[in-house]
Amino acid sequence: MSALSLANVHKRFGAIEVLKGINLEMGSGEFTVLVGPSGCGKSSLLNIIAGLERQSSGSVEIGGRIVDDIAPKDRNIAMVFQSYALYPSMTVRQNITFGMECRNVPRAQRDEAVARVAKLLQIDALLDRKPGQLSGGQRQRVAMGRALVRDPLLFLFDEPLSNLDAQLRAEMRMEIKQLHQRLGSTIVYVTHDQIEAMTLATRIAVMRQGVVQQFADPETVYNRPANLFVARFMGAPPMNTLSARLEATSGKTVAVIGRGEAAMRFPVPAAAESFIGREVVLGIRPESIAEPTRHFSDAPGSVLTVTAAVEMIEPTGAETIVVLRVGDERALGRVSPDLQPRLGETARFAIDTRKINLFDPTSGDRIA
Amino acid sequence: MGEKSFAPGRILVYLVVWLIAAAYLVPFAVVVLNSLRTAEEIAQTSMIGWPKQWAWNNYPTAWADFCVAQTCAGIRPYMLNSALVTIPATVVSTLLGSIAGYAVSLWRFRGDRWIYGIVTLGIFLPQQMRLLPWTIVLRDIGLINTLTGLVLIHTIQGLSFTVLFCRNYYIAIPQELIRAARIDGAGFYRIFWRIVLPLSPPILIVTVIWQFTHIWNEFLYGVTFTTGQQQPVTAALIALSAAVADIPQHGVQSAAVIIAALPTLLVYLLGGKYFVRGLTAGAVK
Repeated sequence: MSALSLANVHKRFGAIEVLKGINLEMGSGEFTVLVGPSGCGKSSLLNIIAGLERQSSGSVEIGGRIVDDIAPKDRNIAMVFQSYALYPSMTVRQNITFGMECRNVPRAQRDEAVARVAKLLQIDALLDRKPGQLSGGQRQRVAMGRALVRDPLLFLFDEPLSNLDAQLRAEMRMEIKQLHQRLGSTIVYVTHDQIEAMTLATRIAVMRQGVVQQFADPETVYNRPANLFVARFMGAPPMNTLSARLEATSGKTVAVIGRGEAAMRFPVPAAAESFIGREVVLGIRPESIAEPTRHFSDAPGSVLTVTAAVEMIEPTGAETIVVLRVGDERALGRVSPDLQPRLGETARFAIDTRKINLFDPTSGDRIA
Repeated sequence: MGEKSFAPGRILVYLVVWLIAAAYLVPFAVVVLNSLRTAEEIAQTSMIGWPKQWAWNNYPTAWADFCVAQTCAGIRPYMLNSALVTIPATVVSTLLGSIAGYAVSLWRFRGDRWIYGIVTLGIFLPQQMRLLPWTIVLRDIGLINTLTGLVLIHTIQGLSFTVLFCRNYYIAIPQELIRAARIDGAGFYRIFWRIVLPLSPPILIVTVIWQFTHIWNEFLYGVTFTTGQQQPVTAALIALSAAVADIPQHGVQSAAVIIAALPTLLVYLLGGKYFVRGLTAGAVK
């Protein structure tokens, strides 16, 4: 049984359609991240799942039950908000038990539940404080405690980490992941941060302009993006996308960048052969371009060594990002920080050709 | 603020401020002084002057003995009338305004802006324009010349202000708070009592002061819709000043005016700092 199922969900505000037919199935225990740029409809979708907004058409099913006409409180969900939305006049304890108070849960049972959650999140010492007396990270924990205490079928997170500073965000991200692994809860998590999506999700739904671009596990989304939008949105720095021509050379399909002497030829999967003789977009992630001594793989013929001019260098400490001239375009590579390529000089670089993706330049869809 | 400076600009500012203050305070001082002078003294000298002998008993006379329209019980019964109109009308209009302000600011529904617009339109309608409609309403429901009728008028008319005040305050409350509470299972009234109302004291104090002073000081409806023993103190003061005697009783009349003004003065002195704070602030976070 799927924990959450969305069938052809549309949302219109007047003439503007913010969700254009969303179909998603999520299994129990899955951590699904909805990711996309602002305005892609991910928050609207979350509000529709919660019942805070009503879809224009389509249907939402939670735990095998159609919930379209069911109020948020009766959907068996809990939600963590971006602003945390802690009730300012109540103590932490009252914040956590408010839901149970509304449901007339006996006091003994409430106390027990608070104790359990407080221990889990290590907020025992904060129970009698007001939200105004807490730090950002503590508020975040209390907000999660308020959701966890309900033990619902489905947890909804609406950009819960975006108000925290970078360090705390990384910490809380790990904690959320651990919590999910420990409790095995089903989570739908909205973010615009592709790193959060990659690190947390068991499956990622990449959204753009009200349409799901790709719904797959992080590995697939990252390495086999469904289209150019996903390829460029996921990953920082983003995937290099270069114009290339597909040719057939001695029975093999190759992608050619540049012309004449300087042309580079990359072996590509046979699946792309229907595009032979046509222009394509070749996508390769910066980390698949490195110094020639880098060991990518033992597979024969999978690594290609090319010569390219270095146009710019960005040392980040852990690695150095190089901007290379490839044909008429630029491509980013990530090399070891020990290597100190000189500006303007040409150098040799290794390319992991297994990681090459080809896209149709007109539709943007992935070919191979 | 830095150290004091006596630049010419600053001196000018203080001069203007003091002039404005004087414009308000001088008449008040004249009334206070007259309330402590005998009628004879005022009649023989002038309306403006320092008391030659302190006439303290002007106050007890004004409070309990002076004759207003054939009844010699001072202004005490009229003060009671005013209290019986002002207190319920203030409480009810503040409470209703708070609930309505909460509804139009935090629960978006079809036509919410129209309702808010129409309710607050009442602020801009002149009082005289509403006099006739109220006459018809009070006549039809049989509340002419009753305190209940005045309570009804002030409660309903007060809503324009109380809704405006509360709505503008509540609009700063994050929507997510309401959404969180809805998921927690709270309904309209529970969210109001448990979440919105505990955030409201600053604006409720402002609203109560505003309503109390306006209703207490209101004259037109009081004098139009009530007569004799049913009048609020503002209307009774006029009747009192019309009392015929050998010499005009300016001393007692001044004392009555001061007594009548005391409740609003007290309310303002007690809550004034919240009033200024509440009108300028409005943030919840």
